[in-house]
Amino acid sequence: MADNEQDTGARSGVINKAPDYPIAAPRSTPVANPLSEYLLRLGDDRLVLGHRVSEWCGHAPILEEDIAMSNIALDLIGHAQSILALAGQVEGQGRTEDTLAYFRNETAFRNALLVEHPNGDFAVTMVRQFLFDAYSVLLWDQLAKCGHDGLAGIAAKSLKEDKYHLRHSSEWVVRLGDGTEESHARAQAAFDLLWKFTGELFERDAVDEAVASLGIVVDLASLRTLWDSLVDDVLARATLTRPIEGGMRTGGRTGRHTEALGHMLATMQYVARAHPGATW
Amino acid sequence: MLTRDEIYAVLQTVPDPEVPVISVVELGVVRDVQIGDNAVTVTMTPTYSGCPAMREMEADVKAALLARGVPDVHVHMVLTPPWTTDWIGPEAREKLRRYGIAPPGRAESGGFVTLTRARPAVACPFCGSSDTVLQSEFGSTACKAIHTCRACGSPFDEFKAL
Repeated sequence: MADNEQDTGARSGVINKAPDYPIAAPRSTPVANPLSEYLLRLGDDRLVLGHRVSEWCGHAPILEEDIAMSNIALDLIGHAQSILALAGQVEGQGRTEDTLAYFRNETAFRNALLVEHPNGDFAVTMVRQFLFDAYSVLLWDQLAKCGHDGLAGIAAKSLKEDKYHLRHSSEWVVRLGDGTEESHARAQAAFDLLWKFTGELFERDAVDEAVASLGIVVDLASLRTLWDSLVDDVLARATLTRPIEGGMRTGGRTGRHTEALGHMLATMQYVARAHPGATW
Repeated sequence: MLTRDEIYAVLQTVPDPEVPVISVVELGVVRDVQIGDNAVTVTMTPTYSGCPAMREMEADVKAALLARGVPDVHVHMVLTPPWTTDWIGPEAREKLRRYGIAPPGRAESGGFVTLTRARPAVACPFCGSSDTVLQSEFGSTACKAIHTCRACGSPFDEFKAL
């Protein structure tokens, strides 16, 4: 980061200076601002998944799907932009959504491990999307009624868009699972591969407890029950088998990521770091 | 300083950059206009969260009012209440249809999503037939879905309900 540590001049609406804060906080640091930490978790899930989905642009199996993937990526990055802007405001250290997206290293990212998983084949991408969309729609539905006006507004808006994503990904899961022998096998393999990352979505820690006192209350038990029934319904229609529980992987919410995230960020952040403050 | 009605008349001339047949006012993204002593503040709301045209709409709104002699223009973006296609009025819907885009149906309300595609058929904007097939709920812009008409054979866009 040494190359970036000069002020490149203030221009509104762009990344105007290199960060002057520690890039990666040690893991043991207590959470100073639970609300901004909570918002980073929400925002990073969507930023990382949005970037992953955007990797299909120009590579999807059919034109309609290429367009759908790009649209979904745009929506997710739009949601991330709103949430990370709010996270930066709440944190109060002058970080914008752009500095948060482009000038943090992987240990400072708070996304769940599921969303950073590489795209793999089309089945892995769609199953990852479906598992996340089902969770995201249910979460936004609860957060749209939460006691934090800014977050509730983002949730209500994002919910409407995520419903289209969920319909799209669940239809693909059914189509792949109930399709050919090959597509069925690949869809089942994708569920078997990704299932170990689903437990993390329903974890609760001190950050969740702290934001509950600010009116951001999520009933994770009912969210889990609804998610289970939604996933089971789609699995049944897709003639797929729910993987066996157990061996859940976790760590993303505290910055302990899989190797995949650093590689993804290297691509995502390269231009912003190589040319801080650039505009076009 | 322009009056409120004059400001709305100016904004009525600012087209949606991606669907230029309707204005930003008809699209429903202009939520309010506040007139100060030396400045006008236009409250706007984005269509889709990631819509790349929003920045352009904001710039177009500012430029249109500055060109009419308003000394200073601010655009205030809000997310609440979330934009819905239900705000697009009957006249604008007819303009969309004549332009070849099927107007939106009623937006779904409530928290839950129908996973099966049991949706009413969208009438073809070219021949009026309801014998149409949804190809994809994602189209050339965030706000459109792609259909094909089996009666006249035309592919067409639908401004999808949100």
